[in-house]
Amino acid sequence: MHNKTIAELAKGLADGDFSSVELTRHFLGRIDALDSQYNSFITVTPEQALAQAKAADETRASGHAKALTGVPMAHKDIFCTNGVLTTCASKMLANFVAPYDATVVSNFNHAGMVSLGKTNMDEFAMGSSNENSYFGAVKNPWDLKAVPGGSSGGSAAAVAARLAPGATGTDTGGSIRQPAAFCGITGLKPTYGRVSRWGMVAYASSLDQGGPMARTAEDCALMLNEMAGFDPKDSTSLKKSVPDYTEGLDQPLSGLRIGLPKEYFGKELSAEMSDAIMASVKEFEKLGATIQEISLPNTMLAIPSYYIIAPAEASSNLSRFDGVRYGYRCENPENLEDLYKRSRGEGFGKEVQRRILVGTYALSEGYYDAYYRKAQRIRRLIQQDFLNAFNEVDLIMGPTTPTPAFDLGSNSDDPVQMYMEDIYTLAVNLAGLPGISVPAGQINGRPVGLQILAGHFKESQLLNAAHQFQKATNWHQLAPSSGE
Amino acid sequence: MEWEAVIGLEIHVQLATQSKIFSGASIAFGSEPNTQACAIDLGLPGILPVLNESAVEMAVKFGLGVEAEIGMKSVFERKNYFYPDLPKGYQTTQNDLPIVGTGIIEVEPEEGKIRQIRIHHAHLEEDAGKSLHETYTDDHGRGMTGIDLNRAGTPLLEIVSEPDIRSAKEAIAYIKAIHSIVTYLGISDGNMAEGSMRCDANVSVRPKGQEEYGTRAEVKNINSFKFIEKAINHEIERQIELIEDGGRVKQETRLYDSEKNETRPMRSKEEANDYRYFPCPDLLPVELDEAYIEHIRSEMPELPKQKKQRFIDELGLSSYDAGVLSATRPMAEYFEQVKDRCNDAKLAANWVMGELAGQLNKEGLDIENSPVSAQQLGDLVARVMDNTINGKAAKQVFAALWAGEGATADDIIDAKGLKQVTDTGAIAAVVDEVLASNPQQVEQYQAAPEDKRGKMVGFFVGQVMKASKGTANPQMVNQLLKEKLG
Repeated sequence: MHNKTIAELAKGLADGDFSSVELTRHFLGRIDALDSQYNSFITVTPEQALAQAKAADETRASGHAKALTGVPMAHKDIFCTNGVLTTCASKMLANFVAPYDATVVSNFNHAGMVSLGKTNMDEFAMGSSNENSYFGAVKNPWDLKAVPGGSSGGSAAAVAARLAPGATGTDTGGSIRQPAAFCGITGLKPTYGRVSRWGMVAYASSLDQGGPMARTAEDCALMLNEMAGFDPKDSTSLKKSVPDYTEGLDQPLSGLRIGLPKEYFGKELSAEMSDAIMASVKEFEKLGATIQEISLPNTMLAIPSYYIIAPAEASSNLSRFDGVRYGYRCENPENLEDLYKRSRGEGFGKEVQRRILVGTYALSEGYYDAYYRKAQRIRRLIQQDFLNAFNEVDLIMGPTTPTPAFDLGSNSDDPVQMYMEDIYTLAVNLAGLPGISVPAGQINGRPVGLQILAGHFKESQLLNAAHQFQKATNWHQLAPSSGE
Repeated sequence: MEWEAVIGLEIHVQLATQSKIFSGASIAFGSEPNTQACAIDLGLPGILPVLNESAVEMAVKFGLGVEAEIGMKSVFERKNYFYPDLPKGYQTTQNDLPIVGTGIIEVEPEEGKIRQIRIHHAHLEEDAGKSLHETYTDDHGRGMTGIDLNRAGTPLLEIVSEPDIRSAKEAIAYIKAIHSIVTYLGISDGNMAEGSMRCDANVSVRPKGQEEYGTRAEVKNINSFKFIEKAINHEIERQIELIEDGGRVKQETRLYDSEKNETRPMRSKEEANDYRYFPCPDLLPVELDEAYIEHIRSEMPELPKQKKQRFIDELGLSSYDAGVLSATRPMAEYFEQVKDRCNDAKLAANWVMGELAGQLNKEGLDIENSPVSAQQLGDLVARVMDNTINGKAAKQVFAALWAGEGATADDIIDAKGLKQVTDTGAIAAVVDEVLASNPQQVEQYQAAPEDKRGKMVGFFVGQVMKASKGTANPQMVNQLLKEKLG
C-alpha cells in the first residue's frame, strides 16, 4: 500500500480495497519499523491518527467522503496542532502545545485526512540540511550518509521513504523544493498569499509559504486543493478563488515557451547536474515545448538580499520566545535580564542565534539604510527580472540545487557555503512566485531536482508541466532501498 | 532672567472599539487579569494580526476633526524591545507613514486668548499589557511580578503635538480640547482614571525672546488633568533652577511621581533602546481612497468649534455662553435638549449655566450625573415660558426636582400648588381683600404725588403675592392694583 500515490490511495479507499484504519495502521507500522534510521518524525500520534482514520471510515460509510477522506499524511512540526506538540525542532518549544490548529492543519482535518504526526525540520526552518534540529539530524533515505535537505527535511525523507504518502512543508528560501530535490520527491512552493500562514510558526513572514510535498505532481495538486484559499485570519493571504488544480493536469504542452536562465547554469553547477537538467528539458521539447535562453541578471544578489531580509524579520518574529509566558525558561534566573539572556541563549540553537544576530544588526540604527532598505530595493529588482522574463516565456526551468544531497556534516562549519545551497531557490521567495521541484535524474544514487517556476498564481500551469513530465519519465517512481 | 517654557505633548487616546486593534478580544475595562487576552494578544507562535477596521475609521474621524491631512497610505511598523508585558517582543505601531498627518487645534486657555496648536501627526498602535509589581509573592514571600495582558492590543491613537505650547495652563487647555474632540466624535470615552487618555510631555525652557529651543526632557506617566499641570510646572521649575545654578538640562526621560510631586530620571537602561523599526510584514499597508474619506466626512458629528459658532449665529447666544455650552459633548447635549424642550435658547442657557451649573459645582457633580435631567429642566423652563409659574416658583420647583421630590416639574407644581393664578376675578378678590385690610396705606398712597407712587405700589404687590402664596401673576397684580388704587 505504501508504494501507492495519494491519488491511488484515494481511489483504493473509494473502491473499498482497504479502510483508512488499515491504511493508517500500515503507515504507523512503517514509521515504527523504519524511522529510527531516518529520524524524520519528531512526534508520532498513533492514537489520534487511528481515531481520525476511524472517523474517516465512518464518514465514508455514511456516504459523505470527500476526495482525500481517510488518506494519511504528516505535518511539518512548524504547523500548530491543537493538543499535539509543536516544537519547531527547537529546545525553546520542546514542550509547547498550541491551543489551536494552523489553518492548513484544520483544512486537512476538514478534508478528512489523517495526520500521522509531526515531521523533523531545521530549527525554526533555518537551514538547508536538517542538521539544525534539537531532535537530531534527519538522514536521506537514498543514502543515510547524506542530508535530506532542509528545512522541511523530515517531511521530504518521510515521503521518500514511504512513511507517509504526503506531507506539508514550508518554504522561505527553498525549504520545500531543496529537500524535495535531495530526496527525489515532488514539492510545490505556492505563490505568496495562496496558502494561509495562520498557525504556521513564523520565520520570515514576507517570504514564508506553506505547500505540499508528495511523490507526484498530481498528489501535490490534490493536496493544494485542500490547502489553498483566502483566510480572514491572515491579512497577507489573497482573496482569490481556488481552481481545481487537478483539472488542468492533462493539458498538452505544445507551444509552451520555456526559458532557461543563463545565470542558473554557471560554474557552480557541475557538468553532471547540468546534463541531468538538460536531459529533462529535452523531454519537454519532445512534449512540444519550445526552449530559449533568458537572463535573470540580478540572480547573484538574491543571496545577500535574502540573508538580510529573512534574518531581519526573524530577529523580530523570534523575540516572543523570551521565557516569560511559554516555552523554555532557564533555571533560577537572577533577574529579568538574566532570564532573557539565558532562556534565549540556552533555548535557541547556533544557527538560529546567528540569524537573530545578523537580523538585529541589519535593522540597527545607522545600518538600516545600508542593509535592510538596500535589500528591499534589490528584492524589487529581482521581482522585476522575473516579470520581464515572464513576458517572454511561460515557464522558467533550471536545477533546484547546485549539487545533489551532500554528506552529513560536510557544510556544518561553513554557514556561507551552506547559504550558497539556496542560490536557485531564494529569488523565487523574494519575488513571491510559485515554484516546484520534480525528480529529474540521479547522480551516484542521489536524486536530482528540476525546478520549474511560473508567474504569480500560475500553480495550475506548473502542475500541468510537472505532471506531463512525470507521465513521460519515471524518476518520481523510484524508491530508496532503505525503505524496503 | 525671564524664562519661557516650550512644551510638546504626546497624548495616547484609547479608542472606543468593541475589540482589540489586531484581535477579536474585548477591551472592556476592569476584568479579571488575563481573561481578555486571546492567543493573538498572548503572542503565541504562528498567530497573525488582522487590523480592526473601526480603529482606522476612528483615526480618520479624528484627522478630519482637526483638519489634518489623512495618510492615504499608512504603514504599521514593529517597534522592537523586550519587556515582560510586551508579549511579542515588539509593539505594532506606525512610524514613517502615520494615518493622520499635520493638523491644527484652536484652544482658549483664558477668555479671549486664542492659541493655535499644531498637531505633528497622529498614529495608530497597540497598547502593551500591565506589569503588577506589588501584588504577588512567591512561596518564600519574595516579591514577584504579575503580568496582566488584558490591555495588550488595545487600540491607541497617539496624538503628537508640535512644541507650540508655552505653559502648563495651555497644555491643560490643549488636552481638554483633544478630550472634547475625541468624546464629541465618540471615538474614545476619554476616561483618564481608567487610562483612556494618557499623556507624555516634552518640556524645555529658554530665555524669553530666544528662537532656539533648549534641551528637552520627556516627562512620562502623567495621567490626570490635575497631575499634568503639576508635573509640567514642576519640570519647568526644575529646569530653570538647574540652569540658573549653572547646570545643563540633560536630554532624558523622566517619570512623574504624583505622590512626591517630582520627576526623576528613568534608569538609563530603560531608555537605551534601539527600537529597530521596520514595516510589519504581517500587515498590508492601509490604503484609503477619497470615497472612503468622504463617506466618513459625511457622517461626522458637529464638533465643538462649529457648535459654538452655530449657538452664536442661530441661537443668538453670546460668544462666552456659546463657548461654555459647547465645551464638552455632555454639556452641549444637555443644553440642546433643554432648549428643544422649552424652545427658548437664552432662557435655557441661563438655567443651564446658572441654577444647574451652580448646583452641580456645589456638589462636585459632572453634568452626566446631574440629578435633574435635561427633560425635567426643559419642561420646567417651558412652564416659566408659558406663565404657568413665575421665576420664584421655578426655583422652588428646581430645588424639589434636585431633591427627587417629583418626577416632573408639573407634578411638583401641582403638589405644591405653585401654579400661577391668572384668573382676573380671583386676583381681583385678593387685591380687594388686601386693600380693605390696609386702609391706612391706601390713604397714604392716594395722597402721595405721582412720582412717589411707583415705589409705594410695591408694598401692595408684596401683600397680594403673600396672600396668594406666590401664585398670582405679578404683572396682573400690578395692573389690577393700579386700576383699583386709581
